[in-house]
Amino acid sequence: MNWDTVIDMLPLLAKGALLTLQLLFLSGIVGLTLSVPLALLRVSKRWWVNAIPRTYIFFFRGTPLLVQLFLVYYGLGQFEAVRESIVWVILREAYWCAVITFSLHTAAYISEILRGAIQAVPGGEVEAARAIGMRPAQVYRRIILPRAFRIALPAYGNEIILMLKASALASTITLLDLTGTAKTIFAKNYLPVETFVTAGAFYLVITYALTHLIRFLEKHLHPDRKEPVVIVG
Amino acid sequence: MPTLIDLHGFGAQLLAGTFVTLQLALASVVLGLALGLLGASAKLSDFVAMRLVGDGYSTLVRGLPEFLVVLTFYFGATDLLMGIASWFGYDEYIEVSAFAAGTTALGFIFGAYASELFRGAIIAIPAGQSEAARALGMSRRQTFFRITLPQVWRIALPGLGNLFMILMKDTALVSVVGLEELMRVTTFAVGRTKEPFTFYLAAAVIYLILTSIASYGLRHMEKRANLGVRELAQ
Repeated sequence: MNWDTVIDMLPLLAKGALLTLQLLFLSGIVGLTLSVPLALLRVSKRWWVNAIPRTYIFFFRGTPLLVQLFLVYYGLGQFEAVRESIVWVILREAYWCAVITFSLHTAAYISEILRGAIQAVPGGEVEAARAIGMRPAQVYRRIILPRAFRIALPAYGNEIILMLKASALASTITLLDLTGTAKTIFAKNYLPVETFVTAGAFYLVITYALTHLIRFLEKHLHPDRKEPVVIVG
Repeated sequence: MPTLIDLHGFGAQLLAGTFVTLQLALASVVLGLALGLLGASAKLSDFVAMRLVGDGYSTLVRGLPEFLVVLTFYFGATDLLMGIASWFGYDEYIEVSAFAAGTTALGFIFGAYASELFRGAIIAIPAGQSEAARALGMSRRQTFFRITLPQVWRIALPGLGNLFMILMKDTALVSVVGLEELMRVTTFAVGRTKEPFTFYLAAAVIYLILTSIASYGLRHMEKRANLGVRELAQ
């Protein structure tokens, strides 16, 4: 190990880590927002309603993220209509292509998690809400969704970690995220082990921090599971 | 206006790339299953040092991006092998093929996740069974291969199936280090035809077909592995 080079690359990698976190945060928020309507359509009992999210989920879970990323970044530019329209301002930027693709990708996974959680909400609670006279929309807003979010949280935590790791693909479309920065550093110093292992250490630190953040949220959102305060007198 | 189905004569090459993708996936899964079993036995070992190695392996690899692991293996393997070789007095340049590096990297990742599945499955088998086998006079090795392993397979199969689906999609990452698999061939075709959407969509459809066949096959394997098991929970 060449420690001097490792120390020299730390500030650069930290800057890359910032972009990684930015991509993760943005796609996490957009993905979560998209996943709610998807999950609601998915739990519908009418086949022509749940066919839409099912096709969407089938595509995004069945193909590699790299293909999806290239379809958006390189693929959409094939059409003149896209190149001449106003959306081209966004779609020609690698940054926004990464955010869009990651959001669409993670939305497919989150909506499946959310579907499982919605179906796991105890039937009695839904019946009770109906019996008090809540309308279906109210039952969803007040009972089912808040409960489902809590049930889904641990699985959502896993998905965030998976997305953190998947975001390394942003480097394939010229972005200088953590992996992209490591690749440019490696192209100059040609020390693969030092460079990639140091970048790996950054990922491990982020993973560790995220795991603890989720665990904290879980505790916070489950006041009923808090251990009773014991007063030792 | 280009049509979506016109592949400009690149169909055969896409098929050849698909074949390489399949080879890569199958080679990695064999390596990954072996590493997974080794990792699980390290985790269940009586020696603290072995347990540390086993736990460290899965904790580290599961926290790293697959793409970074592929890059490290491809560029790092040359360094590492040349370092080892120079110890023995061999100083020529050693090149690691993209296929070998890709298989090792994907197998290494698969093994890290599989070792957790295998560990869980081994623990799930009642200890009385291997005690009974030992009492009948089977050796430890016989007990493992006749009693434990067939049941571990049944218990771990759903999880392994998920891992295999992830592996199939991760094979696309190896295109970045130059292996001529489906994704690389597609990118080549894009460079020639300037029709990125058409070809990446075609690649997406091929991946969808592969993952669909895999999930069908896995369901079949699960049914076979569960023959004679009563489904009490249903």
